[in-house]
Amino acid sequence: MQSLFLVMATICYLFGTVGYLVYLFRDRQQLHRISWTILLVGVLFHGAALIMRTVQTGHLPLTTVQEELSVFALVFVLTYLIVQIRLQLRILGSFVSPLAVVFMISSTILPSQIMIKSESFKSGWIILHVATLFFANALFALAFSLGVMYLLQESYIKRKNFGFLYERLPPLERLDSIAHYCLISGFPLMTAGLITGFAYAALVWHSPWNWDPKEILSLVTWIIYAVLVHERLTVGWRGRRAAWLSIIGFSATLLTFVVANLLLSGHHSILSGKM
Amino acid sequence: MKAVLRTHVGLPASVPLDSHLYVHKDLEAVKHLFMVASSLDSMIVGEPQILGQLKEAYRSAVEYRTVKVVLNRLLHKSFTVAKRVRTQTCIGSCAVSVSYAAVELARKIFGDLGGKSVLLIGAGEMAELAAEHFLRQGVRRITVANRTLERAMELAARFKADTIAFDRFLDALKSTDIVVSSTGAQEYVIDYQQVKSRMRERRNKPLFFIDIAVPRNVDPRVNQIDNVYVYDIDDLQGVIDLNREERMSQARTAEHIVDEETVKFKNWINSLSAVPTIVSVRQKAEKIRQSELRKTFSQLPDLSGRQKEAIEILTASIIKKFLHDPIVFLKKKAQRDARASYMDFTQQLFNLSEASEGLGDQDDRQDSPALPPAPPRTADGSSANPGLVREEPGTEKAKTPQAPVYAGTPGSGGYSGAGHSAGTQTGRDDSLSECEVRRSTEDQSFFSTAKK
Repeated sequence: MQSLFLVMATICYLFGTVGYLVYLFRDRQQLHRISWTILLVGVLFHGAALIMRTVQTGHLPLTTVQEELSVFALVFVLTYLIVQIRLQLRILGSFVSPLAVVFMISSTILPSQIMIKSESFKSGWIILHVATLFFANALFALAFSLGVMYLLQESYIKRKNFGFLYERLPPLERLDSIAHYCLISGFPLMTAGLITGFAYAALVWHSPWNWDPKEILSLVTWIIYAVLVHERLTVGWRGRRAAWLSIIGFSATLLTFVVANLLLSGHHSILSGKM
Repeated sequence: MKAVLRTHVGLPASVPLDSHLYVHKDLEAVKHLFMVASSLDSMIVGEPQILGQLKEAYRSAVEYRTVKVVLNRLLHKSFTVAKRVRTQTCIGSCAVSVSYAAVELARKIFGDLGGKSVLLIGAGEMAELAAEHFLRQGVRRITVANRTLERAMELAARFKADTIAFDRFLDALKSTDIVVSSTGAQEYVIDYQQVKSRMRERRNKPLFFIDIAVPRNVDPRVNQIDNVYVYDIDDLQGVIDLNREERMSQARTAEHIVDEETVKFKNWINSLSAVPTIVSVRQKAEKIRQSELRKTFSQLPDLSGRQKEAIEILTASIIKKFLHDPIVFLKKKAQRDARASYMDFTQQLFNLSEASEGLGDQDDRQDSPALPPAPPRTADGSSANPGLVREEPGTEKAKTPQAPVYAGTPGSGGYSGAGHSAGTQTGRDDSLSECEVRRSTEDQSFFSTAKK
């Protein structure tokens, strides 16, 4: 049942993505509405599957890389759906939904060893840690997509060479300001996520900082976003540079996740989970 | 027509008019009106202003009650055609004049231009035209810097703008979003360093230079600065050329739409003559009779052949007698000028809409003589869109002598060609008011409220 639901969710995400990619070329409101609804159905399937899993195992389904990516895909699509209602930036879907599919599919490809002991997920700290970080990363992923859109549109206007997406992409300032809101709402969440992480570490390992590779990389990512947010708020950094930095920031987030979980050892990773 | 022009516009009798006027009749006229409304007949294809002028003409015609069934439907159809053309082709979305192209680009950079401020350096005619466009987009503030203060003040008065001394315009860059430069200077008025050093001060907000001067006023290297965009006249011309080709191919699609709608209109017109109306009234009655007979006979299986025959004759004669008076009435009116409205009314009365391709929508009832307009509702109690009373941008143009003089008598199908106006306006405004007009036709208070 769970796996059926997961497959259904993946199929919905795929169809939603196809719909949104067609929408990129054909400006039909209907197309957007259908794709949005398909994504919503996908989220419902996905959510149901994860809830069943939680009930079955008695803890949040975050013990493997696979599960973690799957939850992230869910949070990401959900965030997009909400942002879409609030902002009505329809074309965003064409850039966001492929990303969601990538997460979803890579979650089924990646190994499924247990990497974190399940009893960890009974602590309130860790739930808060995971929830805030996931939403922060979802917002950063949106900022990433917006950054890509911005750079594309910017290069069209700057080079005076209007590609076929020029008509379809929204104005620069709008992209920039939405990215701005994603960043300034994501950053406090990320900060809260790190703080709760340290608090939990202090509780369990009696030291908030353990030179775990994921900790180090997370801090680096945090610093990238801190610089971006700071520069935006004080000097008024915007446009191309800000777009690049939010792309770099999210790439660092992905790197943190992949490298720390798969390759390096530490208490976030699979190897230590086996110990 | 010529007399109207001479007396009302005040053209002297010596001006030859014939070469400027043309006459279209019947379907030609219908097609022509559709072409004009969807701006396929304009000098600048796709220019949306013409529709506003047409609506204005229609509005005053309604005000003076010169619009009857045919003309009313024709005009409403023409608005629908214009809308179809606009939504199904991208004819309205490609800019074809320099200043319009500049405005479009500005909208791709800034989005909504409300709240943005424009600085005019130099106050030439092009700058004026651009300023007009930007003002229509609702920019918050326009500032004029010109070497001769008189000219600057003249322009400022027109656009309710501020003026600054010409040698101080660099200071104004701090609070400006769009710069339109058109001075006659032989070298760059704005160079790289001047802009670069001011970007931090403006917190890197985007800055858009529209350099319509020849030779250029703005150093092209300024375009390399982050968040600064420089378009000179050649760049804008490039945008226009691209759009023009696109527009031509779209125009062919649009023409197909117009042809389609013309045929539909023709079918409707044909249905308005007396014979088809009478035929379809009879057909409808006959259809009802047959289906009722079938029901009755199936419930009474033991009727004999003679009894059945008697019932058939009975029902047929009831219908015949009942329809006798209406049909005589229609035949009598068939020769009158107002027959279209009688036929239309009859079709609605008998709900013969299938016969006229389902075109019997509520629009036509509005001004049919049988229905006096409802008394105007109060503004607060009215569900009418408040935007209706709003002055459409560009309507002043419609009142100028060069603007289309639109005249037509119901049924005669003689329309003068609409004149062309070089100015453009945004497609958005028009499609908006298009919706409003459409919606308002359901609300009879519109034309009374619109009178103000």
